[in-house]
Amino acid sequence: MAGLTKKDLGQLFARQGILIAFVVFMIGFSIANTRFIDPDNIMGVIRSSAILGVMALGVTFVVISGNLDLSVGSMMSFSTIVVLDLHDKIGASMAIPTMFVMTMALGAFIGFLVAYLKLNSLIVTLGMLSAIHGLTLTYSGGKNMDIADKEGTWFKVFGQGDVMGLPVPIIIFVVLAAALGLLLAKTPFGRSVYAVGGNGVAATFSGLHRPRVVFICYIISSFCVATAGLLQASRSLGSQNTVGQGLELEVLAAVILGGASLLGGSGTVFKTVIGVLILGFIQNGLLLVGLQFYVQYVVTWVIIILAVWLDIAAKRGKLWSPIA
Amino acid sequence: MKSGTLSTLLSRGAIWGFIVLELIFFTVAGEFFSLSEKAFMDVDNMLLLFKQSAPIGIIAMGMTIIMVNGNIDLSVGAIYALCAIVLLDSMTWSMFAGLGDMVIPVSWVLALIVGVALGALNGFIVWKTGVDAFIVTLGSMLGYRGLVFMYNGEQPTSHLNWTLVDFAEAQFLGLHTATWFLLVVTLIIWFIMNKTVHGRNAYAIGDNKTAAVNAGIRVGPHMMINFMIIGFLAALSAVVFYSESGSVNPNDGELYELWVITAVVLGGTKLTGGAGSIISTFGGVLAIQLLRKGLSHIGADTETVNLVIGLILIAVLFLDRQLNIKGKEELKV
Repeated sequence: MAGLTKKDLGQLFARQGILIAFVVFMIGFSIANTRFIDPDNIMGVIRSSAILGVMALGVTFVVISGNLDLSVGSMMSFSTIVVLDLHDKIGASMAIPTMFVMTMALGAFIGFLVAYLKLNSLIVTLGMLSAIHGLTLTYSGGKNMDIADKEGTWFKVFGQGDVMGLPVPIIIFVVLAAALGLLLAKTPFGRSVYAVGGNGVAATFSGLHRPRVVFICYIISSFCVATAGLLQASRSLGSQNTVGQGLELEVLAAVILGGASLLGGSGTVFKTVIGVLILGFIQNGLLLVGLQFYVQYVVTWVIIILAVWLDIAAKRGKLWSPIA
Repeated sequence: MKSGTLSTLLSRGAIWGFIVLELIFFTVAGEFFSLSEKAFMDVDNMLLLFKQSAPIGIIAMGMTIIMVNGNIDLSVGAIYALCAIVLLDSMTWSMFAGLGDMVIPVSWVLALIVGVALGALNGFIVWKTGVDAFIVTLGSMLGYRGLVFMYNGEQPTSHLNWTLVDFAEAQFLGLHTATWFLLVVTLIIWFIMNKTVHGRNAYAIGDNKTAAVNAGIRVGPHMMINFMIIGFLAALSAVVFYSESGSVNPNDGELYELWVITAVVLGGTKLTGGAGSIISTFGGVLAIQLLRKGLSHIGADTETVNLVIGLILIAVLFLDRQLNIKGKEELKV
């Protein structure tokens, strides 16, 4: 092809690599097992990815603003336990807003520490991972939470319901993704998130109030976590205290797969959704071709490193690191 | 710079002051709340404390080097589990059947080699691809855990060798075997960090990578060696712990990276690299273990430990930033 050099191809592959990999995976799995492209199966994958996906949407904001959030997993356990506990005590219609307020209060605390006290977000959220886990256990006394009347409650609609043939978790995921995608891409606030993450000093000199932007990112993240906790609680109507344990890293993996840089300043909501779907479909595809769930871990490892490596290689124009 | 020296002194000695504070608090509180008749500062209790600190402590020494070097390693928990499986499983291999108890050193060496190899793989990827260590080890944390599961499914791997158990439970000069391992590792790593070219270069690279490159330091190999050291130490930690327990679950070692990083940060090592001390890390490890033991001694629920440690970590970070200018710098991830 005229004008399309080998270098251009390399650039294209590196920049859109994650989409190409996604397509290749889908085709490969479809050939290996035709059940994979069955609409029911695809719906099932998206549905089970929704919880991880909702959390990843919020973390995308935090990562783009140049910070990390490792506390989302234990925060999700917290909101799940709280909403299940309150459901039987004060009723579902009161339990849900109360849970959102409590979860977002935790998010505000983290946001205050990171944004206004300017503490290192990795360590703060690492500490909060442990602290919120302790808080959850103290709240529940270490016991599993269960809703007494599992059949009669309308609360299960969020995790199990259908509206016009579409599962409610998927609708919530899509609506939230669209709303947050617009917020990030089309509003002044969204631009300021990129500015703060890309170059915090320049953003400050341009008149942006950096702490406020970072603070709001953590509030958004905790809102998403509360939503994920609601979906989880409503889906299972009972939960252990460790339901979200380890999810923070899967969420981060999805965001990184989507191409967001941990240095901040890059990434989009759409790409994060792609990252979430890749993780979900790989898991599903491997199961369908008869491999155990843990093979997925190894595959994810290889994919994460290849994805980030290609991204970096495209930016510096060399495959290998110049470090001696 | 009088205030400067004071703040340096405070930040250096903070962890030991904290330990003394913990000891006083738990001794006094123990008088009122404890259900047991024994005092908290009991000799046996303190010896046990050292022994229980060993698995986290040994890895924390490696993490200190990694973090001084300006990197981070999230895969230590998975390396720990994989080496434990290799250790216990290799003792039952038929090719070693004729060795008798000589199989022990062979299995140890095998486990340690696996640890070094896994660490080397991490280091090599960080060096050659230029991908940040946080992402590389986040990935390999998943990947290595996957290998653990692939090795033996979701079944626990068990093999109890009584000679080995006797060795692990032995006491020499009053200290348990695990304690000796922790002390020797601390000494050796202290020596490497303070008295060798490699250690000084690790500080130099962590402090200012560009300057280190311009000074002719080969940054890549140093990083890789550090990852091999932490891989070796994660394996050694598994060797020490599983020699005694004799059974490993595929989930073992999960969240170890968080405990280890907490201990190292409590000890005052900077995430930005270039600063940190092995002796303070040792203090950080003791402080965490003391907190766990102390809280259970005064009858607090185990869940409170997570809450307290998390909040203390944040408080330390806050104090550290107030005392130390370098802490104000942004995280280089």
